[in-house]
Order: sequence, then structure tokens, then C-alpha cells
Amino acid sequence: MALKMVKGSIDRMFDKNLQDLVRGIRNHKEDEAKYISQCIDEIKQELKQDNIAVKANAVCKLTYLQMLGYDISWAAFNIIEVMSASKFTFKRIGYLAASQCFHEGTDVIMLTTNQIRKDLSSPNQYDTGVALTGLSCFVTPDLARDLANDIMTLMSHTKPYIRKKAVLIMYKVFLKYPESLRPAFPRLKEKLEDPDPGVQSAAVNVICELARRNPKNYLSLAPLFFKLMTSSTNNWVLIKIIKLFGALTPLEPRLGKKLIEPLTNLIHSTSAMSLLYECVNTVILCVQKLRILIEDSDQNLKYLGLLAMSKILKTHPKSVQSHKDLILQCLDDKDESIRLRALDLLYGMVSKKNLMEIVKKLMIHVDKAEGTTYRDELLTKIIDICSQSNYQYITNFEWYISILVELTRLEGTRHGHLIAAQMLDVAIRVKAIRKFAVSQMAMLLDNAHLIASNTQRNGICEVLYAAAWICGEFSEHLEEANQTLEAMLRPKVTTLPGHIQAVYVQNMVKLYASILQQKEQAGEKEAAQEITQLMIERLPQFVQSADLEVQERASCILQLIKYIQKLQAKEVPVAEEVIALFAGELNPVAPKAQKKVPVPEGLDLDAWINEPPSDSESEDEKPKTIFHEEEQRHSRHRQPEIDEEELARRREARKQEQANNPFYIKSSPSPQKRYQDTPGVEHIPVVQIDLSVPLKVPGMPMSDQYVKLEEERRHKQKLEKDKKKKKQKKEKRGKHHRHNSLHTESEEDIAPAHHVDIITEEMPENALPSDEDDKDPNDPYKALDIDLDKPLADSEKLPVQRHRNVEALKSPDSEVPLVEKKSKKPKKKEKKHKDKEREKGKKKEKEKKVVEEEEEEKKKSSKHKKKKHKKEKEEKSKDKKKSKKKTHHSEEEPLESVQNGTLEDEPLPVSSCAQTYDIQGNLQNDSQVTVSVIFENKSTSFLKSMELNVLDSLNTKMLRPEGSSVHDGIPVPFQLPPGISNEAQFVFTLQSIVMAQKLKGTLSFIVKNDEGSTHEKLDFKLHFSCASYLITTPCYSDAFAKLLESGDLHMNSIKVDGISISFQHLLAKICFHHHFSVVERVDSCASMYSRSIQGHHVCLLVKKGENSVSIDGKCNDSTLLSNLLDEMKETLSKC
Amino acid sequence: MSVLLPIWFFSERDLFETQRLRLMLFFFPLLSIQQMQFMLLFSRQGKLRLQKWYVPLSDKEKKKITRELVQTVLARKPKMCSFLEWRDLKIVYKRYASLYFCCAIEDQDNELITLEIIHRYVELLDKYFGSVCELDIIFNFEKAYFILDEFLLGGEVQETSKKNVLKAIEQADLLQESQNEDWGGLSEDIL
Repeated sequence: MALKMVKGSIDRMFDKNLQDLVRGIRNHKEDEAKYISQCIDEIKQELKQDNIAVKANAVCKLTYLQMLGYDISWAAFNIIEVMSASKFTFKRIGYLAASQCFHEGTDVIMLTTNQIRKDLSSPNQYDTGVALTGLSCFVTPDLARDLANDIMTLMSHTKPYIRKKAVLIMYKVFLKYPESLRPAFPRLKEKLEDPDPGVQSAAVNVICELARRNPKNYLSLAPLFFKLMTSSTNNWVLIKIIKLFGALTPLEPRLGKKLIEPLTNLIHSTSAMSLLYECVNTVILCVQKLRILIEDSDQNLKYLGLLAMSKILKTHPKSVQSHKDLILQCLDDKDESIRLRALDLLYGMVSKKNLMEIVKKLMIHVDKAEGTTYRDELLTKIIDICSQSNYQYITNFEWYISILVELTRLEGTRHGHLIAAQMLDVAIRVKAIRKFAVSQMAMLLDNAHLIASNTQRNGICEVLYAAAWICGEFSEHLEEANQTLEAMLRPKVTTLPGHIQAVYVQNMVKLYASILQQKEQAGEKEAAQEITQLMIERLPQFVQSADLEVQERASCILQLIKYIQKLQAKEVPVAEEVIALFAGELNPVAPKAQKKVPVPEGLDLDAWINEPPSDSESEDEKPKTIFHEEEQRHSRHRQPEIDEEELARRREARKQEQANNPFYIKSSPSPQKRYQDTPGVEHIPVVQIDLSVPLKVPGMPMSDQYVKLEEERRHKQKLEKDKKKKKQKKEKRGKHHRHNSLHTESEEDIAPAHHVDIITEEMPENALPSDEDDKDPNDPYKALDIDLDKPLADSEKLPVQRHRNVEALKSPDSEVPLVEKKSKKPKKKEKKHKDKEREKGKKKEKEKKVVEEEEEEKKKSSKHKKKKHKKEKEEKSKDKKKSKKKTHHSEEEPLESVQNGTLEDEPLPVSSCAQTYDIQGNLQNDSQVTVSVIFENKSTSFLKSMELNVLDSLNTKMLRPEGSSVHDGIPVPFQLPPGISNEAQFVFTLQSIVMAQKLKGTLSFIVKNDEGSTHEKLDFKLHFSCASYLITTPCYSDAFAKLLESGDLHMNSIKVDGISISFQHLLAKICFHHHFSVVERVDSCASMYSRSIQGHHVCLLVKKGENSVSIDGKCNDSTLLSNLLDEMKETLSKC
Repeated sequence: MSVLLPIWFFSERDLFETQRLRLMLFFFPLLSIQQMQFMLLFSRQGKLRLQKWYVPLSDKEKKKITRELVQTVLARKPKMCSFLEWRDLKIVYKRYASLYFCCAIEDQDNELITLEIIHRYVELLDKYFGSVCELDIIFNFEKAYFILDEFLLGGEVQETSKKNVLKAIEQADLLQESQNEDWGGLSEDIL
């Protein structure tokens, strides 16, 4: 052995170590890759050796190579070997390598579970530390589930060094395994008051991080944090707490007021303040100071100043708006980070008054901007700014259309579709602007060659799509329809992308129809025939299109027009009928309209109405764009040519098909809605904006002209207004209805230049107001949106934790339901802190038991009943009895905070109390268990003189002060103001632990409120299961084998059928509920071990068959074993 | 919602001064705690010297991110600010001599604290190695990791005291050295 060791070391002397490798790489700059591949070969050789030191060295080198970008995942198994080395030197390297290269996809990671568990419980704190550090980098959902309980135990380790790490890593565990949050939370909360500042800060850290994602669940911690804030002197901790309050305050406005004083104190009293604090100071005290930041030459400060401004902006737009000049200046900054920040600010700063000016400045920047990225950013910002809040700030839509038109001159932008969408939206929704919009769009179409010069790369040609549609749809406003039609028929159009051509084709018919009508009305038959001829001549170029959509539409239309030509030849007037093709008005539909339609009761959208159709009906699926809708409308109104009856029949059939096709609804809900029952125009909800003269600017509009005109107009308006004022005439403006919030007088004065109707988007009747669809379902933090105040249910489990349902007791004449929940931990009698001191260096097992919910109904003194609120309560309680207990619970007390488990009652609105249990077992004392109870007052009354008493059994007795009788309760050493919780501990002595125990108990207390005080009591049950006396103890397979061989164990077995869960899951359940640990697992067979507080060994052999599980158990005590097995059977039968 | 907090917790006076309050509260998010996504150290030449990822990503992604970031950061001029927005993260970087320290944080996180964290880490390296230089980190890169791991855990600051961090490292080193001696003194420290 020694020889081998020495040999290993000698070998090793010839190996490269890390330094050699690094030097080597530096010396081989020219052929680095070759050198490294040589090194990797050497490393592979080294990894094959038995000597762990050599392996560790190799892994260390690999870690370095990994950083250089080389793949080392092939060595994952070797890394695990090094991780399991007994020497810290190697272990440290192994974990480092693992933390650098393991990720969720690493398959060998599951092999590490036991090793990590072992290291976590190592007596050497650095082993534990290194394992925790590593785990923080590569924890997977499986690891999180398997190790959650171990880590939770470490949160109460004697060494702050470990506690700190364990607390921090818990956050990662929560993220990976959200189920662990509720069971672990009480202990986490406990750590907020840890004597070690590092641990405390870690706990604050984790809770803050949790809370800021889902603040509402943590509101009940506010008083605790408030206390911490006023007592802590650690700046890092303070920062975090203040941050937490930042998240909580929006939910509870009163909290903010409460905070002012301590915060101000903090600001004034802390002398050694970091730059950060300086900044906060500045920020809180004065926006003006931000200006100094932004003007500073230090780019960092400038950036943060802008950032801070954008935060102030949300509440105090006025104060920021005065710094507009500065912010606009920042747009010129050479640093893109700063420019983008400034842009963000502008978005929030616009008002009716300054919109035009700001956009004008932005347009200048657009021209100047270098690089398309920033220019695109500007473009989107301009559109965002203008369209925000339903065009709230736009007073002159002509101006806006001209801005959009100007934006089309941008070359190479990717955002053509954005501009197009805006054009469409404005033209559809602002009726008054249509005439103007149409004229502008016609101009665009006319100049299409400029826009579409190089169509392939050019996103801007998208605007032609909008232009063509607007011109077609609102062709009645078009003055030179002929000219536009010709523009649309130009050969050049065929170079446009297919979807745009399709819109062209469709809309030229609309144009054609309106021209036809014009001509016919004017009696110009020849002109009408000419235009038909033109269409017939030009359409074939589209018929030849490679794009199916274009081709189909073009050929359809060509046939139609040929038919019209025939009719025209017979001098039949056709215009009326052609125009009827496009009768009707399009209404805008809100983007989420379909989603908001509530599903009628009893309708199962997924159920087949008829048998699934055999052939594909995909052609019926709705295309998405608005324009494709035309087709459908087309078919509806196509009257003259096709037999009416046939048409009606087909329509009916089609409707039928659509109704049967489940995909129909999904494909494009909103447009469908639009067509199904278009209400008359008079039903369209319209927002009125009054006043003023429409402007017309001849020729190609320049938005600047509008700015000028607008100024003049406003000036004029102001004069008028002044006059009016003198006359004391006040008129209310319609605008008020739309946004009454931020408007100052001066702003109200600006009336829109047009008589504008903004058509609001349609929403279905009964639309649900939910905004849930805004939430990202994939948000990883959403999983942590867990109500921590809700008592733990028995379905929630941490491995090696236990939840049990306790049967409900009902006393027949009870009026008010009580809810009790308890969690227990077998624990030593001594108070916790004592434990900690005494147990230094010893392994301490803590177990948490999960909560039992007991619902009990309670007898109540009848005096209260006469009060009003009581009556209500009574009614409620009657209802409740009918409904399920759980439901009642969540409805009535969604907010109470619960630790491990809760015991609560709700005898009245007056008094309610929640209790939580924590039972911890310790190997040192084999006959005592401490039950920690957390009482929470959920009522609005003050609770005092609480006494807890249990009916002792022969075996289990509550430890009472000497001299008191068994009928005396133990006073709870505190009083409970409303909403407050506190913890008390009660010690129980046990004779034997081989049987489960149930103890009945009563909590009596005095409820004090405005109406006087009453005496109340509350019954509960404590359940000590056998498993609660077990302590998860790791055991190695050799020791386990010896134990089994020893022969002094009793044996028993059970079999449970109908198990469908996976074996892994099943083992986890046993570990979790019954405090066992897995010794070994082979295929579907596993050995498990646990130990009772009185030192009984319990060994299990679990085998899984097809649908059943058999468990053979061996234990020193046969009764204990059979009880344990029974409990297990119960757990398993629920699977 | 109003029953959430006990009434006694608020005094009469608390019920005033809304405006002032709101203003303050806006700023709290500035004081965010850290949830760092990753930390990179690289040289002026763009050579990676250390990388620590607090979010699990595939190697391919890591490489891509590293490449992009190194390029972006190196392209910035010395006078520019230390922050940039990149994808949906915020990047905070700082240059010390020839090394860039670069961290990614989330949107709500505080840039200034991140700068402080970087600085604190540099101080720790400096204390541990005694006026640290790039070569120290290259040749003892595992130590650099160990120090970082004692300072940050899972992207959160775990120890705010410099003294404690160094103490933990020194003790772990001691443990390592004593084990190496047991083993026969042939470990890497002879080299």
C-alpha cells in the first residue's frame, strides 16, 4: 500500500501540474490547440490511474481548460470521483470542477446525491461548505427534492458558516423545487433573528428575493422586518430590507407612512455611507439633484441619474418634465446605454403639449442617427410615444399621419410593419382622418417605386400593404381614384412580396367598384368601360404570380371583371351590385377580445361535437390578416351573379363546418368576431373628442408645418379661452372622461385640432376583466408565488417530512367552526437556544413535521351571539358546514401566516388564533419531545391569558411545573395583539414510543375588544405518530448488512397494491413522511434505514412489483415496527 | 388587503404624507439586492480568466454569451459608463489594470452595489495574493474561485465581512496543507 502510494507520488512528479499547464500554454502561443490536445491526452491517462491525487490534479487542469472553452463533459464521472475523495484538498477541486461544468443536462449528476448528502453531514464544516457552494451552481430539481430536507437541517447547524450557506442555497432549492418553500419557510423566518449577522443577512437576502417576486405573500412579515430595520446596523442588511419594503409598500400604503421616520433617521444617522446611500439620499430628497447627476461628466452617474428619473417619472411626471432639455441632450450622447435610457424617459414625459416638439426632436435624431439599430430603436420609440394610451397625447392626427409618412423614408429599417400597423389603426379608428389618410396613402402608392426600390431587404415596403388597403377600403374619400388604380396596376408592383400584392389585388377591386359607381352615376359609360378594360389588361400580370394567394385572388377577380364587361356591353348598370360586394363597415376589435369571451357554463371546448371529420378542412381555417377577411365578406355579399339560394345554402354549410371545426376558433379569433355579427355603426362605442377646425395642408405634408400651425392654433385658442374666462363661461370638456388624471389646466386647454372620434376597440359582451394573459406562464418565479400564510396541506411534502390529516371532531351544538392545524417536531425538552449550545459538534437532527389540520368546531359562549356581526357569522358558518372544510378555510382566512403548521380557530371575528407546531427529536434525550406552537391571532381583538392544557395519557404527559396538578394548564407566556404570532414551547414526556399517540387538548383565552372581554376556548388534538419519533439517520451499506445479520431484530412485512407512482417517487415519499434514508437502491428494490429517538434501529427492504409494493421491515421492537408499517401502508395507499 | 397588517402597527401619524412617501418608494428598487447571473473576468486581449455562472446554461450558450459580451465590453471606450443593457440583462463591468470584471444582473438589480461587489472581490484578491496581478489569477485560478465562492453564493453576497471571507479561505487552505503534508509532501506546493 505504502509502496503504491510512493509510486503514485513519484509518477506524479513527472506529471504536469496546473502551473506547468498554464506555462505550457503560454509558451505555445502558435500551436496552442495542438499543445492542449496533447495535454488532454495526458490528462486522460492520469484519470485512468488509481491514485486520487493524480486524478485531482488532472481534474484541476481540466477545470482550467474548461475555462478556455474546451469541452470537459466527458470527464464528469472522474469529477465525481474526485468529489468523493476523503481529503479536503481533492474534494475542493472536485466540487470546483463540478460547479463549473455540471448543469441540468449532465446525466451523471444524479449519482452525486448520496455523496453530497454525506458531505453535507460531514463533521468538517469546510467539507459541508464546499458541498453547499458546489450545489448552489448545479442544483437540479431532483437534487433539490432529495436534499431539501438535509439543507433545511443545516439551516440550524451550530456553525454560522454553514447556516449562512445553507440559508442562501435554500433560495436555489425553492426555485428548483417550489414545494419545499412552505415546509422550509418557518425555519427560514426563524433565521431572520439568528444571532450571527451573516446568517441573518443571508435570510434577509433570501426572503427579500422571494418577496420581491411575489410580495403579497410576505406582507405579514412586515412587522418583523420593521423591527429588524430599526435594530440592525449592518448596511448591507438594511439595504435589502429597504428594498423589500419597496416591494411591500404598494400593497399596503400605510406601511410607507410608517417607514418615513426610520428611513429619514437612517439617512441622517449613518455616517459611513457608500456611494449607493449617497445616491439614495439624493434621490429621496430632491429630483433637482438628479439633474446634477445627469450633468456630471461621470458616465456612470449620468446613467443612474437617468434611471432614477424614469422611476420618479411614474409618480411625478411634472417634476421630470421640466428637465426635458437635459434629457433630449442625452440623446446626443456617444454612449448608447445612455441614449437608450433617455429614450425611455421621453416615453413617459410626453404630454399633449410637448408631444409634437419631442417627436420633432426625435425625427431630427432619426436623420442623424448612425447605424440602423439605434435608428430602429428611435423609430419604435416614436411610434410608442405617439400611440401610447390609445393616442391620448395626439391632438392632431393629420400631423401623426404625416409623421408616419415621413418615417417611411427611412431606409433599411426592419420596422415597416410597425408603421403599417399604425397607419391602419389610425385610419380605421379615427374616422375623421380617413379622408386625409387616404390622400396620403394614395401619394405613397404613387411613389411606391421610391419606397420599394430594393424590396427584398427592405422592410419598409410593408407600408404599401397599409397604403393599398386604406385606399381601397376608404376609396369613397379618394379624389383621384383613377390615378391610384393605375399606380396599383403598375408592372413594378409584381416585384413586391406576395402578401402585399395580394392586398393590392383585393383592393384594386374595391377601387374599381367605386370608380365604376362614380362613372355610372355621371353617365360616363365609356369611361366605365375603359376602366374595366384597363383592369382586364393589367390583371393577368398578377394571375401569373408565383404566389398562390395573389394568383388565386387575381384569377377570381379577372373572371368577375370579364363578366362585368359582358354586362357592360349589354348596357346593364352593374355598379350598384359591384359596390355591394364591399358594403359594410369594419370595426376594430380589441387584441384580446376573443380570450375574454367567457366560456358558457357547461360548454367543453375540447369535446367533439360531431365525430372528427375525416378529411382535412384546413382550408377553412382563418387566415390572420385583416385583408384576407375580405374574401369572406365577399362571398356573403356576392349577390347578382350566383344563385341566391345556392349561396345561402353554402353559407349555411360553411358556418356549420366552422362551428364544428375546433381549430376554427383558435386560428384567428378576433377577425372572426368581427364578421359574425357586425353591429350597426351606431353601436360602435365612440369616444368623443370635441372641438376645432380641421386643418388642411396642401401638397406633401411636412410634419413641421403642423407643428407651426398647431402652435398658432393653440395660441388662438388661448386667446379665445381668455375671452371666455372673462365672461365667466366655463364649459366642460368631453376629454375629462377619458383621462382625468394628470392633466393640468394648461394641458386641458389644448383642444385637439380635429373633430375626432376614436373608435374604441370592441370587446365581447361579458368580457372578463382579467389581465392574466399578461403574465408569462414560463416565469420561473411564478412557481414561487405560493401563499405562505395558508396552512400546509397534507399533500405538500418535503422528502423526510410529514403531513397528516387529523380527523375532525365535531361537537353537535357548536356554532362556529374552528380550524386547527399543528405541526409537530419531536424535539428535546430544552429550549432551542439551549439545544444549540449543548449540541455543539454533535449531529443534530431536526425534523419538521408537517402540519396537521384539524378542524374542530367549537362550543362557544352564547352571550356573543346577539351582536350584529355575529349573526352574519352564524349565517356564514351554516354555509360553511355544508361546503368543504378546506374551502371554508381558504375563503375565510386567506391571509393568516402559518409556520410549519397552524392551529387556528375562528370562534368569532373576535378571536382567532393560529398555531404551528414544531417537534424536534434529539438523540440525547430519549423520553422527551418538545412541541413548539406558534400562535397567531387572526381576529381583530386582543387575546390574553392564554392557557394550554392537554389531557395526559399514561404514556404521554405534558411536563408541568412542579406542584401543579394535571388539570392545570400551562400559561402561554405572552399576549397576542391582533394579527400577531408568537411561539411557545411545551414539553411532553414519553414512556414508550412504540405506539402512536393522540392527545386532546384545550386552549383557553380571554378575548378583549371594544365590546368587553369574553372567555373563549378552543379544542384541538395533538397527534404523535410513530414516524415522528424517528430521526433520519444515514447508514452505510456495510453497517446495514451487519445490523441485519445480527439477528436480534423482529420482522414484519406489508404489501400495498395499486401503486402507480414511480419507485423513485415512492422512496421519496417514505423518506419524507416516515423519516427514512435510502441505504442502497438496486433497480426496483431498495433498503432503507432510520432510527428512533430511543435508539431502535428500523430497517426496511422495499420492493416494487408491477402495481404493488412490498415492504419488509426489521426492528428491535415488534410493536413499533408494526405501527410504523401501518402508518406507511396508510401513506402508500393514498398514492 | 387592509386586514393584512395589524392596525396597532400604524400610528395616526402614519396616515399622512402620501406624496412624500410615494416619491421615496420609487427609489427603493434602486437598492436592490443582488441576484447575479454570472461573473466573467477577461483580459484586454479578450482572454477569459475566470467565469462563474449562477444560472445553469449549456456550454454552448455560455460560450456564445461570453464571446458576445467580451466583444461588446472591449469595444466600449474608457470614458463610457460601466453599465449596458444586453438582452434582458444589465451588464456591469469595471476594468482593473489589464483585467475586466464583468457581471450580469437582472433588471431590478442595483448597478452600484454590483460595482461595489466587483470592487470588494478585487480587494479580496488583493489581500489574499498581496497586490494581485493578472498572473496571480491565471496561475492560481482555483484560489480565485475559492475566494469568489466564499464571497458570493448562488449569486448572492454571502459574507459582507472581508475579514471573515479571508479567514474562511485561510482555514480551508490550512486544512488542505496539513492534509498534503500527511500525504508525504509531494503535493503541488513543492512545485
